[in-house]
Amino acid sequence: MKQFYGTQLKNPLMLGTAQYPSPSILADAFAQSGAGVATVSLRRESGSDRAGQEFWQLIKQLNVPILPNTAGCCTVKEAVTTAHMAREVFDTKWIKLEIIGHTDTLQPDVFGLVEGARILTEEGFEVFPYTTEDMVVAEQLLHVGCEVLMPWGAPIGSGLGLNNEHGLRMLRAHFPDVPLVVDAGIGLPSQAAHAMELGYDAILLNTAVAKAGDPALMAKAFANAILAGKAAYDADPMEPRDMAEPSTPVIGKAFL
Amino acid sequence: MNIVINGENVETKNENLVALLSELGYGTAKVATALNEEFIPATSRFDTHLKNGDRLEILAPMQGG
Repeated sequence: MKQFYGTQLKNPLMLGTAQYPSPSILADAFAQSGAGVATVSLRRESGSDRAGQEFWQLIKQLNVPILPNTAGCCTVKEAVTTAHMAREVFDTKWIKLEIIGHTDTLQPDVFGLVEGARILTEEGFEVFPYTTEDMVVAEQLLHVGCEVLMPWGAPIGSGLGLNNEHGLRMLRAHFPDVPLVVDAGIGLPSQAAHAMELGYDAILLNTAVAKAGDPALMAKAFANAILAGKAAYDADPMEPRDMAEPSTPVIGKAFL
Repeated sequence: MNIVINGENVETKNENLVALLSELGYGTAKVATALNEEFIPATSRFDTHLKNGDRLEILAPMQGG
């Protein structure tokens, strides 16, 4: 399995921590799936309950690498400042760089993304850019120093799966040595398995697990599907054909 | 003086960021700060002086996807 900025993940499932019915169900989803990364965020600490401090204690106990995001940021400046704050709080150089360009689809602003990635890489961050499957943008992100690409499968939280399989295939074919993660839009384990069968290196998802009736069971289903898809890719699948081809030998068939 | 903290007006006499965070109960908390949209590292809080109308963001770990 490819490394992510020198880190070997124990599992190619990157699992979000938002929207779970309870903290204990969140922890159970990680335990059942063995997810290799936990994505987190930063938000205003408010009220006397200090929810952020309790969440931090929970996250530490997951014992997996933490990938903070810049979710909700719409400008380069906002995202860069958030990254600085995340690096201090979570004590990691990793940052999932999200710069949203369209509020309805949460499509990334790829122009701002390249600029933000350039700034953060120069400052020593290890950037995981939430991008599209656009080949030119991918080349620009690699040019400014990204060593991982995270194209969307479909809009965040949509559960639509792989909207542009051809584009994702092209990306894989053009950048065979770059760790590629499908980030966002995955709704079912079969979709995650499909992405891995295309040769992707990891899947990042959240809503499909957190909003399932049984999040822990769904997390386990995703983990199994992702590993199955990876094994299928590594096993070099057969080429599909249009016409039937008997699998049982014709030679030796009796004349009856 | 009045400081806007996480979008809410707060009256304080503390002119130092470390002292203000302590007053608010964030003395040892896992938080990051930004003043007037600029990141203030924890190591710079002691040297950061506040003035009336400043906008302070105090962010903490939160769930994310």
